[in-house]
Amino acid sequence: MKLSIVNYGAGNIKSIQFAFQRLGYNAVLTECPEEIIASDKVIFPGVGEASSAMEKLKQSGLDRLIPTLKQPVLGICLGMQLMCQHSEEGDTKGLGIFDVSVKRFSNKVKVPQMGWNIISNLKSGLFKDIKEKEYMYLVHSYYAEPCAEAIATSDYELEYASALENDNFYGVQFHPEKSSKAGAQLLKNFIEL
Amino acid sequence: MLTKRIVPCLDIKNGRTVKGVNFVDLRDAGDPVVLAKQYADLGADELVFLDIAATLENRKTMHDMVLKVAEQVNIPFTVGGGISSVEDVDDLLHCGADKVSINSSAVKRPDLISELSDKFGSQCVVVAIDAKEVEGEWLVHLAGGTIPTDLNLFEWAKEVEQRGAGEILFTSMNHDGTKAGFANKALAKLSSLVNIPIIASGGAGSIEHFVAVFKEGKADAALAASVFHFGEIPIAELKEALRTENIEVRL
Repeated sequence: MKLSIVNYGAGNIKSIQFAFQRLGYNAVLTECPEEIIASDKVIFPGVGEASSAMEKLKQSGLDRLIPTLKQPVLGICLGMQLMCQHSEEGDTKGLGIFDVSVKRFSNKVKVPQMGWNIISNLKSGLFKDIKEKEYMYLVHSYYAEPCAEAIATSDYELEYASALENDNFYGVQFHPEKSSKAGAQLLKNFIEL
Repeated sequence: MLTKRIVPCLDIKNGRTVKGVNFVDLRDAGDPVVLAKQYADLGADELVFLDIAATLENRKTMHDMVLKVAEQVNIPFTVGGGISSVEDVDDLLHCGADKVSINSSAVKRPDLISELSDKFGSQCVVVAIDAKEVEGEWLVHLAGGTIPTDLNLFEWAKEVEQRGAGEILFTSMNHDGTKAGFANKALAKLSSLVNIPIIASGGAGSIEHFVAVFKEGKADAALAASVFHFGEIPIAELKEALRTENIEVRL
């Protein structure tokens, strides 16, 4: 099993590596296209601001590589948002893998949403052995709208897509690497896809 | 629904957990990594590590501890104490910390808040505020609550939000160590003034105090140390009780 984490200077990568290590897998941090292409599974992480993250992807040409990948790819948090069509954050054009837009929560709720929320309407192998209304850890100010590619939804001010799937591409708004046993189960499911 | 968070705080000195009462009289409560792992298994939602003897010599010990915690613990955690530069934060995030908490350094140089939120995102910037009610006014205090300033708690809170803080950790010096309940009035006012999450700290002594801090204090998270470290309030029991009171928690 060869696991790659796409390296473009995006935030807390150590936590993701440690989460896979706890499952007995070594995830390699890399920006090398050949190495990413040759991996069995690819993790696309992301923390921070959308437009600058997209800029970094473009500089390394990873914005063109990622949509062409054939193996299972898992976008986490901002990684998932960058895989969408467009984000209101910095008016950023995304990779267009998921046919959905990313919007900002209004000031009717505290922003960012920070903490544990429920995921519902689970429909994907990614959620094998994870129960409806399981809790996952989230930190985000922007959300993907409900859409046909949603494989989980959550509620914060409104119902939004907290996980997405299109062919070999998966995205989760929450942080499985920080979501206790349920998060570990999701990462295990991804490895076993 | 987003749940209310229960956050054990581990005060760290020379790589060991300690807890002061009113910030003095330190008692040893064990190995931070072991404690952290135990808390994650017991249902804590998040952890805070506060390096209370943050010195240059100590920094490497702290980094080693953060790495070990990140390696073994599967819930988010914040690291605070002696953080005063973008480089300090970069190092801690690279060791696996999810968030950092800054306190005196933010008061001394408020630009630090904006620098951190621009570079790392506001989601990882917690501004800790220690304040004391003196003759009806809540004043911010520095250096673990020992140095008073003329900064008003509520004005400072609004400023840190505007500068890009992602969360505020408010400790009431009047309540800390008393085990007589949280500063619910001040907390509710804070919550109505800013639009970022508030972690309440100082005063936890009973399950009822946690009910009140969420219902009356409108806090998003409640932090405590000794009541958890010495098993006075088991986290599972606390969460069951909160749910009975119709407060959303992760069980």
